[in-house]
Amino acid sequence: MSRAPNTAGHAAAEAVLLPTGAIAAALLLFGVFVWFGGTSPVDAWMLLFRGAFGDAFSWQNTLQRAAPLMLTALAVALPARAGLTVIGGEGALVLGALGCAGLPYAMPLAPNVSGSAWVLLAGALAGAAWVALAGLLRQWRGVNETISSLLLGYIAIALFKHIVEGPLRDPASLNKPSTQPLAEGLRIGAISPDSFLGDVHWGLVIGLVLCIAAGVWLTFTSSGFALRVAGGNAGTARGVGLAVDRLIVLACGLGGACAGLGGAIEVAAVHTAANASVIAGLGYTGILVSFVARHNPWAIPIVAVLFGGFAAAGSLLQRRLGLPDASVLVLQGFAFVFILAAEALRGRLFELRMPALGRVRLATHLGKAV
Amino acid sequence: MIDLLLAMLGGAVRVGTPFLFVSLGECLTEKSGRINLGLEGVLVFSAMAGFGGAYLTGSPWLGVLLAGLSGAGLALLHGLLCSLPRVSDIATGIALMLLGAGLAFYLGKPLIQPQAPQIPALPLGAWSDSSAVQSALSINALFPIGMALAALLAWGFANTRWGLVVRMAGDSSDAARALGYSANAVRIAATTAGGFIAGLGGASLSLHYPGSWNEGLSSGQGLIAVALVIFARWRPWRCLGAALLFGGAGAVGPALQSIGISGGYYLFNAMPYALTLAILVITCSPRRSLQGAPDELGMSR
Repeated sequence: MSRAPNTAGHAAAEAVLLPTGAIAAALLLFGVFVWFGGTSPVDAWMLLFRGAFGDAFSWQNTLQRAAPLMLTALAVALPARAGLTVIGGEGALVLGALGCAGLPYAMPLAPNVSGSAWVLLAGALAGAAWVALAGLLRQWRGVNETISSLLLGYIAIALFKHIVEGPLRDPASLNKPSTQPLAEGLRIGAISPDSFLGDVHWGLVIGLVLCIAAGVWLTFTSSGFALRVAGGNAGTARGVGLAVDRLIVLACGLGGACAGLGGAIEVAAVHTAANASVIAGLGYTGILVSFVARHNPWAIPIVAVLFGGFAAAGSLLQRRLGLPDASVLVLQGFAFVFILAAEALRGRLFELRMPALGRVRLATHLGKAV
Repeated sequence: MIDLLLAMLGGAVRVGTPFLFVSLGECLTEKSGRINLGLEGVLVFSAMAGFGGAYLTGSPWLGVLLAGLSGAGLALLHGLLCSLPRVSDIATGIALMLLGAGLAFYLGKPLIQPQAPQIPALPLGAWSDSSAVQSALSINALFPIGMALAALLAWGFANTRWGLVVRMAGDSSDAARALGYSANAVRIAATTAGGFIAGLGGASLSLHYPGSWNEGLSSGQGLIAVALVIFARWRPWRCLGAALLFGGAGAVGPALQSIGISGGYYLFNAMPYALTLAILVITCSPRRSLQGAPDELGMSR
């Protein structure tokens, strides 16, 4: 395979072409899908683009939605680089929201930046504990971390509902049970309300900074390198004396902290209190974002903006074309399937010169021989 | 107290039937050497398809058939995708979870209001005068079918050529190839058949209990059932016992509510998840591979 003359160049080109192609294929299939329902695919594509990136307002909407996706994607990416498939971002996010909204009940907080830092920290810690638990169970008992993290997610949502509708319920919230709203001074505001950024809040900056920090950690530090070695081959990592268990639990904890922080930011910047609006599937979309970015923190912001854009365009599809609100979920599902299928072409995209259909058939054939 | 026990017994069958079908489907899939976490998506999608089929044709049994077929279709996609090189079955399962839910919510939008004809209940409690006994023993007609399937799978794995081929693909793809079977082809077939069985569980959700279609119909039952297979050590009969146990755990919340205890409603509903997690912690071990696990399964790497 490595006899190809321009291997590094080809690998870099594939890193861009494969995900782009997969998303293009998903959009194409989505067009066919809505066409069967009697909607013009061209209209759907146009509205997807316009709702996501068409004007300043849709850009604001897109960036607002991208911020938590960056953080929930990190919750998948960091454990994935340590070799674990953890998908507990949704649970960590709702507990982060609960931690953020619950801290003012427990202790008095100064209504300023330091108070905001405390509620965000509470959210991050809640999320970190939850996902680290999945890592611990895996290392300590050999429990499959994918299943345990998802189960923990359902338990987290039940806890969230129990506490929000019970002990911490604000008596003033009648139709939609909520905790007491955060004090004005604890909330996170817009970056620059008078510019074209409008309502876009500081959560976007936090998300970007953490993606960059995670990228720097994995790429340039020795502990980040150790983590990648542990993810590549845990046996080898143990052989050279790395504390694999600790690294893996650390990666899970940091990932969970990111998702918990995402939930806290959703409360502090968007909903102002913890209520059912927080449970919006952001953790699940984060899984997809991380997979499309190949668990690479440097690529996560771009992918998060793309899928934040699709989510932002969802309501436009609903209003203009009468499509169900789940149409964005269908598009996400298609994208996930194609991104996995594209993985099969990695390393041979440039070796095979034949029509795409034949390529897929050959890939299936090669797979059978394994 | 007797009423509570009866309500739980009836609830164990009522809530446990979907668990039974999904865990049997997963058992068949995993025996061939693959994990299908996507059965959660299959469950939601087939519940919608079954409800839609019953609503449009007027026959619950055509709905059941459609649910099975749509489950098989989605599982076939899983089987094909996993046969590509370097595609992990865990990741594909996650993708299928999202895709199944997305398709179900999209196509099921017009089905939230209407009523569909339901799968009949077998009145096994007709001998009693007590209405509590009668309602506890009025059993989903799919449940005996599930028991028969468990028996068929147990017998088939042990005594038929097909069962042997599936188990061989699950224990050693080399051995399967040496005997002229393609492990991938066997796995695709087993995954598809498993998806059909899991689809029947979806029909049980939307056409018997709770008996309607909405977007919150399944939240993790499919995933619990996947975890149950570990607990059942890949034996169909134990799947039946595990499904009833978990059905009972899932029925505690509603049963308590029926006798007027409603505090901690969400916590009681979370019991099956916590119980599943506890059982995984107890049965798994980092040092030995799981007892009864097919060797090719990437469950405990």
